[in-house]
Amino acid sequence: MRSLYGMFLIVMSLVVGATTASAHPHVWVKAASELIYAPDGTVTGVRHTWTFDDMFSTYALQGIETKTKGVYTREELSPLAQTNVESLKEFGFFSFAKADGKKQKFVEPTDYYLEYKDAALVLHFVLPFKTPFKSRQMQLEVFDPSYFVDFQLQDKDPIKLANAPAGCAMTIERPSDGSAAAKKIDEDNFLDGSNDNFGAMFANKVTVNCP
Amino acid sequence: MILRSEDAVRRGVVWSIFLAAAVLSVDGLLHAALAQNPFGGPRAVPDQQVGGVIGWILAKQSEFYRAMSSTIRAAKNDGSAVWTLLGISFAYGIFHAAGPGHGKAVISSYLVANEETARRGIVLSFASALAQALVAVVIVGVGAWLLNVTAKTMCGAERIIEIASYGLIAAFGARLVWLKGGGFFRALSASRASHAQLAMAHDHHGDGYGHGHHHDHRHGAGHHHHHHDHCDHCGHSHGPEPDELAGPGGWKRGLAAVAAVGIRPCSGAILVLVFALAQGLFWAGVAATFVMGLGTAITVAAIATLAVSAKGVARRLAAGRDGGGALVMRGVEFAAAGLVLLLGAGLLLGYVSAERVTCF
Repeated sequence: MRSLYGMFLIVMSLVVGATTASAHPHVWVKAASELIYAPDGTVTGVRHTWTFDDMFSTYALQGIETKTKGVYTREELSPLAQTNVESLKEFGFFSFAKADGKKQKFVEPTDYYLEYKDAALVLHFVLPFKTPFKSRQMQLEVFDPSYFVDFQLQDKDPIKLANAPAGCAMTIERPSDGSAAAKKIDEDNFLDGSNDNFGAMFANKVTVNCP
Repeated sequence: MILRSEDAVRRGVVWSIFLAAAVLSVDGLLHAALAQNPFGGPRAVPDQQVGGVIGWILAKQSEFYRAMSSTIRAAKNDGSAVWTLLGISFAYGIFHAAGPGHGKAVISSYLVANEETARRGIVLSFASALAQALVAVVIVGVGAWLLNVTAKTMCGAERIIEIASYGLIAAFGARLVWLKGGGFFRALSASRASHAQLAMAHDHHGDGYGHGHHHDHRHGAGHHHHHHDHCDHCGHSHGPEPDELAGPGGWKRGLAAVAAVGIRPCSGAILVLVFALAQGLFWAGVAATFVMGLGTAITVAAIATLAVSAKGVARRLAAGRDGGGALVMRGVEFAAAGLVLLLGAGLLLGYVSAERVTCF
């Protein structure tokens, strides 16, 4: 009898689990970012360079006409880049910034373009802050809360500080290095119904401390 | 009655064991295959970070999914890689459906809401998985192959289909709630009425529910078979018999469930198909999509069977209750119907984030 109850519970949890969590990623991005500083030491924006995976790159290029087969120029890719940045707005550009604990907003991207390199699409864009700020500590996270897109910082020099004031130091936390911020995924996360921020478990976090 | 529910339970257990064995053996085989294949995809989600069964399922899905693109590339030069692709697709399908997804929740709830048999649950699971695969192939076949539209256009089409699917699920759920709500409230008032009559020690043979209830009390524990016979009867009096459902009308209802779930293609399949097309191996992508659907169907069928068996268990437990069997069962069915409606409405309004179509 107890096993029957157990089975009933399993079914219930499967049905409930099905309704609360998101799925697995379909798009993989290798990310590199640069924090842009003005001469007076204020942070003005972030320059992202996102390299998409093989499958998504091919998918995104579907139906795009080119002069030479298999070669995509920056001009030929500009409508796609336009689509990319416009659609990314809906997702907050998958970028989340804080200055001394206060959330910072971004405005429309500038200097955006796509290039096709080694069978992969690379999206370049600058994300200016709505109000440039000076702070002792700033944090930038790059992730998709719904985890449709898997972001990973590229292995070599993923974060650069462009013209940062002397004495600024940064620490990088990756989801895969088992750092304290990386939360464990288990059934509790799925079944407690609060999966709004599911992707945060896979967040890439940069913290910059300035004197 | 008892025999039947035990049968269903046994079937459910057999299915789960079969599924677990299939998953483990496929996983083992694929690891052996991938070890020889230099194109084995990287692990998207590191194991040490992911705990529990669901985390493991997610990690496996990602692993198989990522392995697909390199395998399709390999298949361009080496035809035997297609077999690896099919193996990966099958495993992906099994894991994909085992992970979070609304399709199996809708199908399972539908089966519980109705007096469905496990066999019909299996048929419905396979039909909806087949429909999903077909829709994906048609979208990419017509959109990308024939018309050469852009990914943006295809994704737009996917989004429209997705909204239509969620709308259909909500409508379907609303209809179930309407039907099952009637049964539930009739059972509720019948139960209340018979309690009141009992209190007055007044014998009444008016409706079916009152009848069953009274038999329990008058004959007591000495007549167990009698008791179950009667509850079996009243448990079915407001829902069609499984035999009736297997008739033409029943299949029509089942088709509505298949259509609501099945018209929405899996985003993963679309990506695989477009990728295969670009590599000049569209047929391999089509084969992979259908094998993926087969894997999905097996998992959904197993879960649907579990759901039907669980209802059998609930019925058996409820039958032991003091004449409340009918009320409890109508309540379970009403709740399951409500779940379909809530799922549909939640998906439509974005409260339930299922695997959504992301265009960018």
